[in-house]
Formats: sequence, C-alpha cells, structure tokens
Amino acid sequence: MLGMGLVALVALPPAMNALGETYLVSLFSRILIYALVAVSLDLILGYGGMVSLGHAAFFGIGGYVVGILAFHSYEAEPLFTWPFIFEGTENGLLTLPLAMLVSAFFALIIGFFSLRTTGMHFIMITLAFAQMLYYFSVSLEAYGGDDGLSLYARNQLPGINLGDDDSFYYLCLGILVIYLYVSHRLVNSRFGRVIQGVRENERRMQALGFATYRYKLVCFTIAGAGAGLAGALIANQTEFVSPGLMHWTRSGEILVMVLLGGMGTLFGPVLGAIVLLLLEEVLAIYTEHWMVLLGPFLVVVVLFAKRGLYGLLTGRKP
Amino acid sequence: MLLILEQLMNGLQLGVMLFLMSAGLTLVFGIMQVINLAHGSFYMVGAYTAATVTQLTGSFLLGLLAALPAAAAVGMLVEAVVLRRLYSRDHLDQVLATFGLILFFNELTRMIWGRQPLFMDVPDWLSGTVELFPGAPYPSYRLAVIGMGILVAVFLYLLFTRTRLGMQIRAGASNREMIAALGVNIRFLYTLVFGLGAMLAGLAGVMAGPILAVEAGMGEEILILTFVVIVIGGIGSIRGALIAALLVGMVDTLGRVFLPGLFRLFLPVAEADGIGASLASMSVYILMAAILVWRPRGLFPAQI
Amino acid sequence: MTEPLLQVTGLNRCFGAIQASRDLSFGIVAGEIHALIGPNGAGKTTAINQLTGEIEPDSGSIVFDGRDITRLPVHKRALMGLARSFQITAVFEHLTIEENLALAVQAHMGHSYRFWARADRDLRLTRPTRDTLRLVGLEERASAPASSLSHGEKRQLEVGMALAGQPKLLLLDEPMAGMGPGGTVELSNLIGELKGRITMLLVEHDMDVVFSLADRITVLVYGEAVATGTPEQIRANPLVRQAYLGEEHD
Repeated sequence: MLGMGLVALVALPPAMNALGETYLVSLFSRILIYALVAVSLDLILGYGGMVSLGHAAFFGIGGYVVGILAFHSYEAEPLFTWPFIFEGTENGLLTLPLAMLVSAFFALIIGFFSLRTTGMHFIMITLAFAQMLYYFSVSLEAYGGDDGLSLYARNQLPGINLGDDDSFYYLCLGILVIYLYVSHRLVNSRFGRVIQGVRENERRMQALGFATYRYKLVCFTIAGAGAGLAGALIANQTEFVSPGLMHWTRSGEILVMVLLGGMGTLFGPVLGAIVLLLLEEVLAIYTEHWMVLLGPFLVVVVLFAKRGLYGLLTGRKP
Repeated sequence: MLLILEQLMNGLQLGVMLFLMSAGLTLVFGIMQVINLAHGSFYMVGAYTAATVTQLTGSFLLGLLAALPAAAAVGMLVEAVVLRRLYSRDHLDQVLATFGLILFFNELTRMIWGRQPLFMDVPDWLSGTVELFPGAPYPSYRLAVIGMGILVAVFLYLLFTRTRLGMQIRAGASNREMIAALGVNIRFLYTLVFGLGAMLAGLAGVMAGPILAVEAGMGEEILILTFVVIVIGGIGSIRGALIAALLVGMVDTLGRVFLPGLFRLFLPVAEADGIGASLASMSVYILMAAILVWRPRGLFPAQI
Repeated sequence: MTEPLLQVTGLNRCFGAIQASRDLSFGIVAGEIHALIGPNGAGKTTAINQLTGEIEPDSGSIVFDGRDITRLPVHKRALMGLARSFQITAVFEHLTIEENLALAVQAHMGHSYRFWARADRDLRLTRPTRDTLRLVGLEERASAPASSLSHGEKRQLEVGMALAGQPKLLLLDEPMAGMGPGGTVELSNLIGELKGRITMLLVEHDMDVVFSLADRITVLVYGEAVATGTPEQIRANPLVRQAYLGEEHD
C-alpha cells in the first residue's frame, strides 16, 4: 500500500499536467511540506509523548531564515559584518541547513524551559513561547513586520530549477522520503527506544537510570530542526514569509494532521496532512465558512476515531 | 510622573481583565484537569452579545445583563455536550477538541456578524474623565473596569471562604480526590464551575468591548496571555491568578511604554524603538520563563 | 562487622504536619535480604523514595557503596547500582516485553544517544536481554506487548527490569501486592534464587514471605525504626509485638 502511495505521488505531476490541473501540483507541494512538519511533530508527540502546541514556531523560523537571507542577498546589504561580512544567500545548499540549524537552536532554548514541566503546563508554555516568537516576528519592521516579506525568486540548487513547479514538487517529495527514512531509523534506534520509554512512563525511566530530561530535550531539538526544514521549503514554495507561518492556529493545524492520520506512526502524519489539506480545499469550494464544518468534524474525530486514519486502514493500534 | 501614573492604571486595568479571564479557567484546569482552549470563545460571546444588545436597546447595562447569562449558557452547553466526555481523556484530546470548538465559534460569529469588527461605544455616563488627583485625568470607563475587577475579586473571595459551595470548589481545585470523598455531586459542580468561569470570561469580553474591536478571533489573543497568567500563578490557584494577572498586566503595559525610551538612552532612536518594541512584545513571556526556572509549578502551586 | 552497603542515618522528612520519616537510621549488609516492615502509614514507601531519590529528605544522610548519595538525582543513583521495583506495576505497556527489558539493559550501557543503528539488531543489547528473559521465565512471550501480561507476569517483568542492570542493591516495594497464591510462590522462589547474589531491601506486607526470606528485619512505626534484628529477634521483641502487631489488630 505504501508503495502504491509513493507511485501515485511520483506520477502526480505528469498526470496533473496532462489533465491541465497544474494548480494541483503546487497544492501537493504544499501538502508534502506540511506532511514533513507533521512527521517532525509526531517525533515528539507520538513517540515522545510531549504535547507541544508551539511547533509552528520552528516552522516559521525556518521560513524566516530563508526569507531574511534572500532579502539581504537581494539588497546586497550585509546581514552582519563581524567576524566576517555576510550578505545573505539564495543558495539552497546553505539556506536549508541553516534553517534547520537556527530552528534547532530555538527549539533547544524553548525546550530547555518548557521541558522542566509536563502535562498541562507544558502545553501552555510551548504555546506561549511560540506566540512570543510570533509577536517578535510581527515587530521585525525591517523584514515587513505584520505584512511579511516577499522573496524575489526561489532559492537555487545545483542541477535543479526550483522555479519550475514540477521540479520543486519532486524536491519536496525527495526530502520527505529521506526524512521518513531518517525518522524510521531514529525511532528504532536506542535513542528512539528511550524516547518511547519516556512516553510510557518517565518516572520508571529515571529509576532505570536515564536522565530523561536531556533525552527529551534532544528529541525536541531534532523535531525543531525538521520543522525548520519544512519552513524553509514553504518559504520557497510560496516565495513569501509572514508571522502567520508561526501563528498558534497553525500549530493546532499540524497537531490535527498528526492525530487525524495516526500518531506514533511515521506514515500517519503524512496521510493526515493529505486528508486535512484536501478536505479544506474541498470544503472551501462549497462554502467560504468551511471552518464551521471543520471544527465539529475535529471534535467528532477526537471523540470517536482515536486511532487515526492510518490505524483504521492498517488495523494497527497507535 | 503623570505618564507613569496613567500607565500604572492602564496596567492595572489589563491585569483586571486578565484576572477575570484566568480566575474561571484556572479553576477548570485545577478541578477538572481539563485543558480548555475555547475559553476565549466565551469572552467573544460576551463581547458580541453586549455589542448587539447595546446597539439594539441603546443601553450598555442591558447589554451587560444579556451578555453574562449568554456566556454562562454557552459555557455550560459546551461543557455538557463536549467537555464532559473529555475529562477522562488525555490532554491531547482535550486540546484538539477545544481547538475544533474555537474554529467553530470563530467562523459562526463571522457567519452571523460578518467579517467587519463591531464597535461598541463607551456609555455616556462613563465617557468622561475623573481626576485621580489634580492635573491627572483618567477615563471613567477604565476606572469602572478596574472597579468591576475589584468587585469580582471580593465576590470570589467571599464565595470561596464563606460559602459551602465555594469551599467544595476550592477543595476540588487543590485536591481532586477529596471532593469525591466528600460525596459532592461532581457532575453538577463541574457544570457550575464551568458556567461561572464562562460568565467571568464573558464579563471580561463586555468590558473589553468599548476598548478593543469586537471581532472573530478576539478571544485567542487574550487567551494566550491568560495561559501565561495561569502558568505563573500556578494551576488551580485563584490567589495566584490574581497576583500573576496584575504582574502580567503591569509588565506588558509598562514594557510597551517605557522600553523603547530606555533603549534610547544608549542606542540610536530607530534601533532603540525597534529593539524596545520587540522586547516589549516578549516581556511577559520572558517573565514567565524566569519564573519557571525559579518555580516550575508557578507561584502558588496547588497540591496534587 | 563489615561496612554496610547502604547506611541511612538520621533521616527526617515531613509532609505538612505529618512526619513520614523520624530520625530514621538503619544499615543494609551486602549479600543480605533486609526487610522493612511496619503498619500502613509507617512511612515505608517514603523511606524507599528517599533511597531512590524521588523525595529529598529534610535532613539526614544516605551513604551507598561508600558514597554520600543524599542529594544525587534519581538516574545517577540507578546507574550506581540502586535498582527498584514499584509498588504499582510500572512496565512500559505499549512496548514489547523484550523492549522493556532491553531498555533496562540499555540504561547501564553508557549514553543512549545512538540515533541510527537499529536497537533490535544490537547483540550487546539483545544478548543480556535474552538472559534476563530466561531468568524471569518470560522467554516465550518476548515479542508480546507488556499490556498483554497478567498482573503476576508484570511483576516478574518488573523484577526482571530491576535485575537487568545487575544492580548492587535491589529495592523491592511490595512485590507480592495483588498477586494470587501461585504467583507469590513463584516470585518468592525467584527472590530466594537471587539471595546471596544481590543485596535486597524488601518492603512487604506478607509476613510469611518476609520471615522466610529475610536475613534481617527493620520495623518502622510512625516513620521511626523501632527495632532491627534477625527474624527470631524481631519475633521475640516485646516492643515490636506491642507496637506493630497491636496496631495490626485494630
């Protein structure tokens, strides 16, 4: 089934171009990017048991890294002059890793504070810190403030023309597949075992001899880097970044994707991203007030379909 | 000097609003152990109801009187239909379901009232200013908000220290098993606490109406500050909510006004304003982080 | 007499008005099974939690294996060889039995910041895991989720997890709680087998088990150690009979 899904995703651009629905290629690029950020959230949520309501912050930071680097590169105005002059860049080989690095750094800081708490406190604190970064980005007048920042073009990568929607789509698909494989290795490694043990019973893990706080912090940071990568891609896809990327409702949306698809699985969040974003598109055709339907739909999913779609399809428990 | 006094009053006024929001919510968290993101929706219901009734009747008082039961009713309805099923679930389910409720309520208000914000006028009898002391005028309406907050704080204090119901609620907030052991009708108590919390949020919404724009999504802005208040104050503690609300109100208000000025002392104006504004927007969160390092469970943690 | 493996001296801990540990002192000799008994509310679990580090004492000291561990965090004590089983079974329900034990083994193999290699193909991990599986008699169910085990089997798994790290001192907090007679026999056999190889502190209500297994018994009343001695001495101690057995009857 997974193979069929992958074949369908690979065949999507030529099929859509043949049908004249080129819009769907860019819609699916967006879906793949959200799938990436949802998988990264599932690493802490489904595997680590950390209910973060601030994951969009790292998504937004990744976007802003790309946006700000491109801005300085275009304006030829140095981002900083010490210890060396750095005038920004539009080279994807630099921007994507930098986006991951900066997001990971912020995740480390935010995790350092929030992981001192658990449960309800943790939810509220991750939400609050994400909102803090949201307001911070609003206050960045030099980079458009509330209105955001437009890119003049997508980043460059050797051998790939990212300006072409089909190529960009394949880049997103390739990155998602690699990310899924890396995550698969991660959750089955010793580290992954520890993280799942913490989800089950943190106190027991400490009694076994694990410094659980540090493992959780490392996991939180890794997830932040993944979200940053997705953010860097979305900035390129839309050629635009704005504070809206890290608004807390976006964190909620990503959380919904994970739960809808099936948390604690790697393909569940991908499925969740596809279904939620397509559902939004379809509902929006019928009414501009589609959220009035989506809201109760979420309530029903939570109350009655806890295993998520992936669980329903495969019969696996979360 | 006058500026400082005025800003102190503004900080107090924001603190009062936050207290109205957080008093009910911290009880809901403490007693039912359920995280409710939709609390901001009750604030919005209060504001919209008051704005509409005030427009229809021309009376702010009638608007206020209509908004309180409306918010309480919506709160109790939400509790009975959705949240009651979530008490035994994990926090993630609660977050997602109440997130769904927010989407629903926000979109519903857009369907009913449209996308344009409503504006509520300050009632005539509160539109003037009062001289706090000679040469220091302050808007009567904002003073009334502060007064209302003090009134509610006193009411809650009496409710929780002098009445049987209040003591049951308090016992529940600090020790969940205890109320069950006391043989209290928990279902009824939960619905009541929820209604009370929703009503206080609705009251905050009414008060905010003439100061801010009444629009869909207005509840979430204050909800997150409310969370900061609850985290700082300690979940389940009304006293903590009061102190933290005032603290957050002051830090936020004073930070916005004075931080840019502070940075101008040693930085060029443009840069100082930029950094000052950024820091000011983050000040309450930095305060929260600092308090968390010092006391991870807040200033007045309830014993669980 | 040799230096005890664990020496507790003058431990005090209050919860509000209740003093759960009152000038508590006792020592555990290496190789012995030391039992901690006392009526309900005597502060046995509080004592254990202070040994593992989950609760900090208000005053007093705990010396383990020649090192003062009074202020050491939980995980560091565990790595020094202080393992515990919980009163309420605390296995990782959604992980398999093998994974449960592997985690316990892994805890003592240095850090677990290994992000790439598959844990289930790591012989250094799977070999000791298999040994422990055999020891606690759960080999055949290795890949079943822990949630599928009966209560008694979960207990066995618990003890297995505590043993997997080859601890110097094993704290058993009411291992027989909630077990049927068959399970009790099986688990006391396991504990008996380990006797001499691993030092144990046993907190238990089942007096038959305590008096048949323990080399030394400390009696706790209102957080205070009122007597320590061999099972015979404790049986004969009039103070114990009055304070402890008297309490048991009302």
